[in-house]
Amino acid sequence: MNAVANIKTIAKRELGGYFASPVAYVFIVIFLLLVGFFTFMAGGFFERGEASLTSFFTWHPWLYLFLVPAVGMRLWSEERRLGTMELLLTMPITTWQAIVGKFLASWLFLILALVLTFPVVITVNYLGHPDNGVIFCAYVGSLLMAGSYLAISCMTSALTRNQVVSFIISVVICLFLILCGYPPVTNLLLRLDKPRLVETVAAFSVMTHFEGFQKGVLDSRDIIFFLSIIGFSLFTTGVIIRGHRAG
Amino acid sequence: MIKVENLSKSFGPKLAVNKISFQVQRGEVLGFLGPNGAGKSTTMRMITGFIPPSDGKVSVGGFDIVEKPIDAKRLIGYLPENAPSYADMTVNGFLHFAAEIRGLSGDAKKRAVNRAVEMCFLENVLHQSVETLSKGYRHRTCFAQSIIHDPDVLILDEPTDGLDPNQKHEVRTLIRRMGEKKAIIFSTHILEEVEAACSRAIIIDRGQIVANGTPRELKQRSEVAGAVSLRVSGIESAVVKEKLSQLAFASKVTIVKESANKVSLRVFPKSESVDGELARNVAELIMKENWRVEELHTEEGRLDEVFRNITLPDTKEVTK
Repeated sequence: MNAVANIKTIAKRELGGYFASPVAYVFIVIFLLLVGFFTFMAGGFFERGEASLTSFFTWHPWLYLFLVPAVGMRLWSEERRLGTMELLLTMPITTWQAIVGKFLASWLFLILALVLTFPVVITVNYLGHPDNGVIFCAYVGSLLMAGSYLAISCMTSALTRNQVVSFIISVVICLFLILCGYPPVTNLLLRLDKPRLVETVAAFSVMTHFEGFQKGVLDSRDIIFFLSIIGFSLFTTGVIIRGHRAG
Repeated sequence: MIKVENLSKSFGPKLAVNKISFQVQRGEVLGFLGPNGAGKSTTMRMITGFIPPSDGKVSVGGFDIVEKPIDAKRLIGYLPENAPSYADMTVNGFLHFAAEIRGLSGDAKKRAVNRAVEMCFLENVLHQSVETLSKGYRHRTCFAQSIIHDPDVLILDEPTDGLDPNQKHEVRTLIRRMGEKKAIIFSTHILEEVEAACSRAIIIDRGQIVANGTPRELKQRSEVAGAVSLRVSGIESAVVKEKLSQLAFASKVTIVKESANKVSLRVFPKSESVDGELARNVAELIMKENWRVEELHTEEGRLDEVFRNITLPDTKEVTK
């Protein structure tokens, strides 16, 4: 009970922090502009002639690659730079409550940004008869993917007090998670003629696991994959922070 | 309230804090003195549970900071060095956050925030964001955060750093007043502050406690403590010096300053002499000789001198 209250307090403060600065507004506007551009221009939403949001969701792994680390990079590096980490961690809360609270706040923020893409759903429903179950499924997948990227950014931001360094490292890690399942890369590996290797590498990719959601399949393996990335990254964040404190 | 036993901390091969032990009771204000890098902040960070000790124990209100961190932290209010706070929040928002995380809600929260705002004179900046504040206000905002839950234990790392003289005075008064009911530790570089606000002082140098006592006791470790200073005019300095050194309780006489027809001297007591005897000696001599005395007082000792003498100027790093 107490833990929930603490997490809520921390998350509330963190979320307030986003909206107190222009970060939140800039992010939401850019995110929506880019989503619109990729869906309608680059994705060929109209040219496809089908009532689905494939052209919308295909771009999410790539959009998140840059936008999510931008949201997560300040989580802990800012605390370290300002020295507020000392304040936060001497409050009567545990380190994991602080980590979870901060993570949830930025995840909520990303969820809000994603919710604001609802006009695409309205558009596609107006123009045709899409399978809204599939769309819902893909949204869930997209959220989980954003959460995974965010947890990774959270981890890298605990590593350094420099936000730029934190941003770059998390982009690289997320890029790796995309590329190991990206068709051009997997095709390259296929030439080695070792199907097991390709499968193993691709199993680590967010692309592979996001695909299921896009088709409207809620596979427990995919859900577990994203949740375990989140769990592992947040756990590592805790280890890194403990390391800093131990000196 | 605060009990520190054999506390040590090493960063790699460097021993920052070396087997420190002390206790602070309720109603005590402990001044923490020491040169830069002596281990003051490290010790305070260990007491507040921010960094784990390499060795030794800290307990606050009976709770071990490592084994029962949450219970111990609940009792502590902490003002870290440089008074950090969330730059993008308003003072009001920040204090509400601090109150909430301390488990206060509803009316109790409102009362706590109002009390802290009043005590730290923050009414004027309540709705300004922290980053737009001057250093003094930022400092007081963080100070307000530390007292928001009316803690039994207050740990203040350089609470008067960066404040103007009036604010310094206010903070000192506040510390002294709160010290009547709480256990307070505060660190400082400013020695008058120790005399103004502390009931006890600890001097720490290179990770070790080198002195522990009331400010008065510490001052008595000064060389000049107990000496009688006087200024006499219209008489040969050598004569005065000669007469003074013949006094029963005087061990040594030095000339501090000498000008055209005035001379300042300091008479040091013999080690076995009782308080006040030397002063009486000197006064009797003055009356007998009918000197024109412009100033006469007994030295209490000077803290800065004691401080300099026991925190050696050599800065060799202590290694394990």
